[in-house]
Parts: sequence; structure tokens; C-alpha cells
Amino acid sequence: MDPEGIDMSAQPILAAKGLTKRYGKVVALDRCDFELYPGEILAVIGDNGAGKSTLIKCLSGAVTPDEGEMTLDGQTVAFASPTEAREHGIETVYQTLAVSPALSIVDNIFMGREKRRPGWRGSVLRQLDKPAMRAFAREKLSELGLMTIQNIDQPVETLSGGQRQGVAVARAAAFGSKVIILDEPTAALGVKESRRVLDLIQDVRARGIPIILISHNMPHVFEVADRIHVHRLGRRLSVIDPKAHSMSDAVALMTGAKEIEEA
Amino acid sequence: MSSDPTDHEASVRARRTEAVAAFEGRRGAIDRLQHALHVTPALVPLIVLTVAILGFTWFLGTRFLEQLPLIMQQVQIVGVLAAAQSLIILTAGIDLSVGAIAVFSSVMIGQLSFRYGVPPTVSIALGLAIGGAIGAVSGWLVSRVKLPPFIATLGMWQIVLATNYLFSRNETIRSREIREEAPMFQWLGVKPNEQLVNWIEASRGIEWERRRPNETDSAVLDFLWATNITYGVLLMVALVAVLAYALRATAWGRHVYAVGDDPEAAELAGVNVRRTLMSVYILAGVICALAGWIMIGRFGSVSPSASTGVLGNIQSITAVVIGGISLFGGRGSIWGVFFGALIVGVFELGLRMAGADAQWTYLLIGMLIIGAVAVDQWIRKVST
Amino acid sequence: MKTYLTSSAIALIATTGMALADGHAAPEGTSACLITKTDTNPFFVKMREGASAKAEELGIEFNAYAGQVDGDNEAQIQAIETCIANGVSGILLTASDTSAIVDSVQEARDAGILVIALDTPLNPIDAADMTFATDNFLAGQLIGQYAATAMGEAAADAKIAMLDLAISQPTVGVLRDQGFLDGFGIDTGDETRWGDEDDARIICNEVTAGNEEGGRTAMENCLAVDPDINVVYTINEPAAAGAYEALTAVGRENDVMIVSVDGGCPGVQNVADGVIAATSQQYPLLMASKGIEAIAQFAKDGSLPEATEGKDFFDTGVALVAAEPVDGVESISVEEGQELCWG
Repeated sequence: MDPEGIDMSAQPILAAKGLTKRYGKVVALDRCDFELYPGEILAVIGDNGAGKSTLIKCLSGAVTPDEGEMTLDGQTVAFASPTEAREHGIETVYQTLAVSPALSIVDNIFMGREKRRPGWRGSVLRQLDKPAMRAFAREKLSELGLMTIQNIDQPVETLSGGQRQGVAVARAAAFGSKVIILDEPTAALGVKESRRVLDLIQDVRARGIPIILISHNMPHVFEVADRIHVHRLGRRLSVIDPKAHSMSDAVALMTGAKEIEEA
Repeated sequence: MSSDPTDHEASVRARRTEAVAAFEGRRGAIDRLQHALHVTPALVPLIVLTVAILGFTWFLGTRFLEQLPLIMQQVQIVGVLAAAQSLIILTAGIDLSVGAIAVFSSVMIGQLSFRYGVPPTVSIALGLAIGGAIGAVSGWLVSRVKLPPFIATLGMWQIVLATNYLFSRNETIRSREIREEAPMFQWLGVKPNEQLVNWIEASRGIEWERRRPNETDSAVLDFLWATNITYGVLLMVALVAVLAYALRATAWGRHVYAVGDDPEAAELAGVNVRRTLMSVYILAGVICALAGWIMIGRFGSVSPSASTGVLGNIQSITAVVIGGISLFGGRGSIWGVFFGALIVGVFELGLRMAGADAQWTYLLIGMLIIGAVAVDQWIRKVST
Repeated sequence: MKTYLTSSAIALIATTGMALADGHAAPEGTSACLITKTDTNPFFVKMREGASAKAEELGIEFNAYAGQVDGDNEAQIQAIETCIANGVSGILLTASDTSAIVDSVQEARDAGILVIALDTPLNPIDAADMTFATDNFLAGQLIGQYAATAMGEAAADAKIAMLDLAISQPTVGVLRDQGFLDGFGIDTGDETRWGDEDDARIICNEVTAGNEEGGRTAMENCLAVDPDINVVYTINEPAAAGAYEALTAVGRENDVMIVSVDGGCPGVQNVADGVIAATSQQYPLLMASKGIEAIAQFAKDGSLPEATEGKDFFDTGVALVAAEPVDGVESISVEEGQELCWG
């Protein structure tokens, strides 16, 4: 999909207005606005302490904002927990990945939303429908071109860092019907593996799911993002087009070395 | 997407030839072994158990093999406690109060009927409920108050044990009284095989005066009689089987592993960590109380000063460690723990029958513990 | 001698009863400590009750201390230090570690405190001012003689299981074990150790920790060695009850004789029920109350208690309780035993 083809006049899929979050006297979010449009990769950048992780936590349900309003598909929403956000179709891939290393790929993909067998085996014996779960997991990994992982039952800890990231992204893509949030997906990876993950991100977007990408890595951001949300001092400073700006512009904006020239 | 997965996978693989670090085989024999142990953690204790049984049989003759049912009876209490301990250790916790809960529950079951006149079935139900309630307190301390499990259960151990002595007034309820007034308490010590033989004989019109017929006229009946299994042993095996199923094949079981592996990851993935911990501690408490009921079956009497109250925790942790469950949580299988408990039983009886000083048993068990943990560390290297 | 001891036990109890009437109240400010191995074993619980009741009666301030588990020497040393600090008149002590406690006991004595060892003699025995105890060797001897006499000629081919206390061979366990063998007519070899005998009639030596749990497992282990065991010596009655369960499980409860030591009420009841053939009864209440009296006396005029004639300790007596008496071995009936039992 062509980035230029994003329909900015359409309704944002996820939007926030005037989000405020205070921790005691510290104002982490100060009347922050946010929009994510269908089919785009939106990068969120900002210096450490700029409040971007608080913003992400509000969007993913990990933190409840003190003030402000969020809308999903035009409907006002409020999330009390990550589980609620997930139920609304917002999936988050945390920097720590939130995978259980000793458990298998299938177990991890279905963690917290296991499928039970139909009939009495599911209702009385609470038996998991492992064949169905395996088939589903295999399908999702294949869709993202991750089937170089041969054994769907192998423990996640036997996978490389990139493959683990792949599993976490596949989990998000499998269930994230509306939005996927990726927190520093390439931070812990080598060059080759980062490459793979960036491909993966574009694969996911190609399937029509918009992505929020939080990253410190400017080359990665500029490679995949359609728009860049620059966060500074608890609020959105501006949204820039990576085609029209250089990386040093972005860094300058982020650190306050440069003021905005376009509203 | 393609409806034929193999076809699709083939195409995907072709597309992604530059795949990163696929799990390609650098598989020597050692690697394969390491992998097998990693996937099937009960394998090591099973091998050790088999070797130990074969070794003692070779040394002592078949008279050792004949004692295997006895070993099952001797390990049934520790085996059941170890099952409870496994659940806790899988969540990266530890429960020092298992033995105390078992003894206290047995005392409660006994005294409710003998001091307060509660009907035996109700006493047993209440005894199990009390075990669950004690577990709930530990679970609450661990999951809500966020105390380290070691500290929470260290405290509970002392509290339960002291309550046990205070409540029982150090009184023992004798076997004879229980047999006469509440035989149900001892039911787990009854042998179904003997009941069956007696029933068959009776239906053929034969009444034995003694409880042990020297010779029936059927080799099958003689063999049945000699199997020497109690309901308590059957209960232990059934309990392990049910827990193994629940841990492997239900969402709850997967959550237990996930919580033990990395609680934060589990929480973020949508597991209710608190509820999982609570359920594990409560269930472990009920299982410990079950061990208390088994104690009455095995010892006949109800005594507040049973060694299990003080030693049950260490004995169960020993079985769990030898059984290959990682003390760091999230790894291991409950069948391994069952084998671990049997290994200890086999060594204890085998060495006694061989006439060795009892201290050799402890020495060997010490070596097994260290060996088991070393193997655990080695297996975990798979991930690095 | 047996006759003497049996009657002496009863006599002593009578004396204690009379002592109450005399009421030799202790001087103002007299205080006493009781330090037991644990406070969970009914034997020590009874001992504490006896001491506490007697102390109250004589107007003595009384404190009880105990280790957490049997063998907890540190807790006992701490307790002695506490008692010294409180300036008590006397300490009653059942030592967990009879050798290791000696230095602390000496400190207490140097501070002018009367130290009486109860039940368990210190090593050496004269480390305490006096020992009030059961003659455990005699207790063992009585049940040994009973078993041998009851078996008659079959005693020559007996198969004996010895269910002892602990691997560390505490004195009490050794004395009872060796006494039993002596009474049964078996050469004991080194009298300070069990397990060194070479008589073929001894099938096994197993340890029980003195409770039902240990008794059952130990008996099973012995039966695994030889299923035809027909005499079982047990260190105490809970262990005997456990052994009985193991025998019941293999259908042999009626043709094996179990003998034991202690004389606790459940144990005596088990004699009545035929679980235990005979048990040697000891008198912890008496030990404790006699001990408190000795402290009162010491506080009054500084006089030390004296040992029983011919022994290096004050013998509080032992009596054989048997449901079916045998010729030549003095015993008291179950009913008498139940009147005198503790716990």
C-alpha cells in the first residue's frame, strides 16, 4: 500500500483528545492529542521522559488517564486494563515481549485466550483444543512468513531473538483486529534480525491493520513509518511526514533544538 | 490465504530463503539428549528410578521387587505433599507449611468427630476445607500482600503447627477408637485388593478366619492378595494423573506455568496472575489436607506430633527437586515428582534391606538432589 | 528388687500426695525454671503441668521453656541464660544434648542455682546437682523379662524387631534397648550402644522418632527384612501403635508381641486393648513435682536432694503394666496403670 494513499479525511481508527495523566506533581501527559488512521504505520518518537510511554500505556489500557477522551472507530472508550483494550481489538507487543520462554509457541500465542474443545470435553474436562490451536498458530505464522519455525510446539526459549519477536508480533496480529502497538521492537536485535522484523511490520500493515510503532531508532522509523508523531513535554509537538523531513529534523524537534515551522 | 497449509508453507519458505537463525540441526547425540530432556523433564527421574529398582533387584533378588507396593505405601504421604509442593514451585514459589497443614487437617478431622461429635463424612469435608482455607491465607499473603512465598509460608508453617498443638492439646486419638467409631477416617488405609479377594471367596462360599489366607486355590487370587495396594496409594496415583492432565491440557495449567516462568509477561499476555496464584495455593492446601486424611489411614491413629508436621516440607521439596521441577518455576512435570518421591522410597527401603546404615540413604539422597539441580541447569542452557 | 521398685513408685506418689498436706511452703521470692526438650511431646506437657501445679501450691514463681525440636541445644542454652538472668533458685532440665549443655549448667550452678536434671541424665551425670529420673535400663529389663517369660521356650527362636528412638542413639533410647535385651537374655555387647549385638534373634534395629509415623515405617522395613518377626520392642507407645498398624496391614496383629515403655494414658489403653502386651510405666508428674519440692527445700535451707540408695540418681520409679501377668515378673494391672498414667 502506498503511504501517500492514506485517507487523512477519513475517521481516525484510534484517537485521543486532551489526555492528561499526573503522577503526584509530575505531569506525564499534558492535554495530549493523538490520531491513528486506517492502514498506516504511525511512529511515535520522543526523548526519554517526554511521556511517550505513558501515552502508549493509556492507549493500551495499562494506565487510566486522569482527563481526556479516547475514541475507537468513533466510539468513546475507556480501558481499565490491558485485557479490556485487547477485547476492543487493540494488541500491544511490549519491549519485553511478554512471552513465557519455557512454554511452546502455541501456548504463548494463545496465552490468556485459550480455546477449549467443543462439547463435554471442553465444558466438563476444560480440555484445550490443541489441534485447533496448533492449526491456527501455524496459519498465522505462515501468513507472516514465519514458518521457518519448524515445530510449533518448541519452547520459545529455543528461538532466536528475532523469532521471538516474530511470535509476539504474530500473536498481536492474530488477535489485533483494529490496532497493533509495537514498543521498541528492534531495540534488542542485531542488524539482520531487525531487518526481518521491519519486513514483518510491513507485512502486518499490508494485511490492513494499522500500527503504532514506538522506537528510538531513527533509520528504522524513517524506513517504515507513514507519519511520525513527535512527542515532547507530555504532549504532541507535531506530526511530520518522513518524506518531507530529514532524520536530523526529527531529532531536533524531539530535543527542542528546533521549533515547528508548519502547524 | 492458501487453504492447503503444506503448499503454503513451502511457498513461504521459498520466499524467505534469507530466514534468520532457523532452528537448523546442529544435533549431536548430546544435543539430542539435552533436547529430549528439555521437552520431557520426567525422563531423568524415570531413568534414575528404573536403574535404582533394577540395581536393588540385582543385589537383593526378587524379594526387593515384591516390596514395591510397600514402597508405594511408604511414599504416599510425601507423594501427595510433593504434588501440592509441585504446584507451588511451578509458580516459582515454595511452601514450607505443607506438612503442618497435613498434620493439622488430620487432627481437625479427628477432633471434630471425637470432641465435637460431628459426623465423620462432614469432618472429612471440613478438614479438607480447612486445608484450603489455610492455603487461601498463604495465597492471599503471596498474591495480594506480595510477601515472598518463602516468608509467607515460613510464618504459616509455625502458625499452623502451633495451632495444631494447642488445639489438639497434644492428645492422640487411638486407632482402636477410630476403627470403632469412625472407620471412614481409616478408609484410605483399606486395601481394595484384599476386599476383592474376600468378596470373591465369600461369593464362592469360603470364609477365611484370618485376614491373610495362606493359600487360596487360585494363583490369580493369591497374586491379587499380594499386590498390597491401599486406597491411599490409588488416590495418590489418581491425584498425580489428574494434576498432570490439568497442568498440560487446560488453560489453568498453562497459566500456572506462565506465572512461574515470568509473572509480568503472563500478566501482560492477559493472564490473571493473582487469581492463578490464589487457585494454586488453595488447591495445594486442599491436597495437603488430603494427605492428612491419608495419614489417618496409614497410621490408624490421629497424632499431632507426627514427624510430617516438621519434616514434610523438606521431604516434599526433596521429591520435587529430584523429580526435575525447577525451583525457579515454570518448568518440570508432576510425573517427574511422582518418580522423585518413589526414588527416595526405593533408596530408603533398598538400603535398609541391604543392611546399610540409614545415614547412607541421606548421603545418597543429598547427592541425588545436587545431581538433579545440576541436570536442571544443564537443560536450561538450551535456551542460551 | 522389682518388687521394691514397683511398690516404691506407688509409695512415692503417695508421699507426694502427703507432701501437699504438709505444705512446706517455700520462702518468699523463690522461683523455678523448667526447661524441656520440646513443649509438644505429651510427656513434657505433663511434666510442665505437674511442675506448674506444685509450684503454685508452694508459692513458687514458675517459668517453663522448651526447644523447638528434640535436639535443639541452643534454645536450651538460651533458656538457662534467661533463668540465670532472672535470678531463679533452681532449674529443672531435660537436656536435649546431654554433653553440650554441661558448660551452661555449670554457669548456673556457679551462680548459686540448684540444677536438677529430669528424666535424662547429663553426661557426666554429676554435672547436675541431682538427677530425678526413671531407671530406663530397668524399664527395658522389665519388658524384656516379660516378653521372654511370656514366650517360654519359644524365646530361644524369637525373631525380634528393635524399634529405637534416633540414629544419634540418645542415652534414654540406648538404656531401654539394652535393658530389654538384657531382660530377654541376650548379650548386649557394648552397653552404651545399640546395634552392636550379634545375636541372630535380633532381625533389625530401626529408628522411629518415637511417633506413630516412624513406628509404622520402621516396622514395615523390618518386615521387609524378615516377615516372620514375632517380638517387637518399641521405644515408646506411639511407636508401638504405629508398629501395630504395620502388622495389621499384613494380618499379623494377633501373633506378634509388642512391648513398650512410657505408661502414657493412650499407651495403657492400648495395653487394655491388646495392641501392646506390656509397657513399663514412668512418672513424669512425679519427677516434676519432686523437682519443685527439692527447689523449695533448697531455697529454704540450702539442702541438696539425695540420690536413691545404690544409684547415682533419684529414682522416680517404674512399674510394668500388663493385661496378662506372667509368673515371676511383677506387674500392675491395667486399671492400676490407668490411675497412674499421664498424658
